[in-house]
Amino acid sequence: MSLVNSLSNKVGRVSEASHRNTDAPGQDLDTKVSHRVGVVQTNYFHFALPPDEFTLESGEKLGPVTVAYETYGTLNNQRSNAILILHALSGDAHAAGFHKGDEKPGWWDDMIGPGRAFDTDKYFIICSNVLGGCKGTTGPSSINPNTGKKYGLDFPIISISDMINVQKHLIDHLEIDQLLSVAGGSMGGMQALEWLTAHPERLKSAIVIATAAKHSPQQIAFHEVGRQAIMADPHWRDGYYYGGHPPAKGLAVARMIGHITYMSEISMAEKFRRRSVEEKLHKFSVGSEVEDYLYNRGNHFVKRFDANSYLYITRAIDSFDASKGKNLHEVFKETKAKVLVVAFKSDWLYPASQSKEIVKACKWAGIDTTYCEIDSTYGHDAFLLEVDEETHLVKYFLQKVMVENGVAGENRITEYAI
Amino acid sequence: MQSNPSLDHKAILEWIHQGSSVLDLGCGDGELLDLLVKERHVKAQGIEIDEQAIYQCVAKGLSVFHEDIDHGLSDYADRSFDYVILNQSFQQVKNPDRVLKEALRVGSQVIVGFPNFTHYLARLQMFFNGKAPITRSLPYAWYDTPNLHFLSVSDFIEYCCKRGIKIEKSAFIGQDRIIKILPNLFSLVALFLISPSESEDRSNGSRV
Repeated sequence: MSLVNSLSNKVGRVSEASHRNTDAPGQDLDTKVSHRVGVVQTNYFHFALPPDEFTLESGEKLGPVTVAYETYGTLNNQRSNAILILHALSGDAHAAGFHKGDEKPGWWDDMIGPGRAFDTDKYFIICSNVLGGCKGTTGPSSINPNTGKKYGLDFPIISISDMINVQKHLIDHLEIDQLLSVAGGSMGGMQALEWLTAHPERLKSAIVIATAAKHSPQQIAFHEVGRQAIMADPHWRDGYYYGGHPPAKGLAVARMIGHITYMSEISMAEKFRRRSVEEKLHKFSVGSEVEDYLYNRGNHFVKRFDANSYLYITRAIDSFDASKGKNLHEVFKETKAKVLVVAFKSDWLYPASQSKEIVKACKWAGIDTTYCEIDSTYGHDAFLLEVDEETHLVKYFLQKVMVENGVAGENRITEYAI
Repeated sequence: MQSNPSLDHKAILEWIHQGSSVLDLGCGDGELLDLLVKERHVKAQGIEIDEQAIYQCVAKGLSVFHEDIDHGLSDYADRSFDYVILNQSFQQVKNPDRVLKEALRVGSQVIVGFPNFTHYLARLQMFFNGKAPITRSLPYAWYDTPNLHFLSVSDFIEYCCKRGIKIEKSAFIGQDRIIKILPNLFSLVALFLISPSESEDRSNGSRV
């Protein structure tokens, strides 16, 4: 019982869940409520406290490290139904449900909840903010214990591998030996690949969406333009801008470039029209809605994201190589996990050919793999938008993994704190 | 759902050993693979080009690749599977010769199933009506068919001789029954269990 109690302190509370009875007839009438995770809160876990330090891939040391994370659903008695959700470049730990008072749910709320792809009635879902981030996990905007000021560029260079090792500390803290799955799109997919190669014994499956085993020069180029935009902003001040004006213009431009790469020609043509010429942003504007969209997205982004985090995280993505210089199938050899790879037809930022490279390596390594290229016009954004198709694939894939491993979804700790 | 498998699926089921590994090229909605997993506990992998069919396979708990088998099987090493199946997909690929060669490389044995173009009803339709035939196994109009190649039982046997492919077993299916005599005339669907010729097998072995 003490285990249950200690766990319930670690587990984010799911307030609406306790009022729900999924077996009740007529539950469809209550869809809106019953399919929601409800109000959630972010938890914080600290490790590498003095005298300990966390050693990075580069050999540099960092400490203490704080990890912001959220959990949804309930860990079963065998602690075998945990799934780690891995966020993309600008994501955070808040993947589902609502923070108190918020109108917008977490970034993957469509996929996480009772009856959804990541079914919180069956699985225990964990999502944490990555190392180097700015949403609660230690990053360049955190306080450097050596100086008492924010790190800025004193923050060490980090990698996708470092992000995974931080997550591993969190999983250890939650006393989970083996994850039922790790899942993510874009940079989240890279983290899933890193989990597969670095800690194959710690997971039963991986869901790898719209990603690459290694960035191409084209992908690095878009990131580099974003980084240059940030560093060219006079407010950036070599990364030590905290306490003053943030390099908002530079970060906004970086985000605008990002958004262009996340859409497709078709999705942009469908979304944006030209309007009357009077409503112009500036003298050279042609009055297209895409100009406003990019401007608004860019300026919205600077309110929620730290420019230095953008630099550190894009650098981590660009330097990622799942194969570590070897053949990808060789580094996959150790894994017995099942893999689901998903790509999207109109995604030109992470084209299906890159997913097929991953699939090819899985075949060579003898990994039980499923691959689907979803016909979507949304471009890279599709991984957040093509909910029905992804739900179908993820739901049945996880069901198979669960059944084959004899994981009990029903046999769960029934106590809810609220 | 699998209570009543079709005759071709039943015939294939009889040839497949318990616990073997199977690669189904053009597995469609995964009905055959599902049957093989349930009845023979095979390690199953499908390849299918149609996205909706992929979703049906995944719903059956099958592992499947969304790929075009015409692009080859180069991602697989020699003899990666006990069986490679080309059931009703053989006549639909652009280059059946190349696909079959690859299938024989990747599988220890290959099962090929195709509609027999020279079923007597097809012959009668061509002879008397002077039109492209429509039969139970070839149900499509000429302008709306997924089939790209039209072959008979005799064509396939001749092809195997020419390529040095060994025919291990065969089964012929007619209207609701197994055909034992004159299969080229009476079978709607032909099934062959084939393997690379022994000489080729040896030469492969010596290379490895």
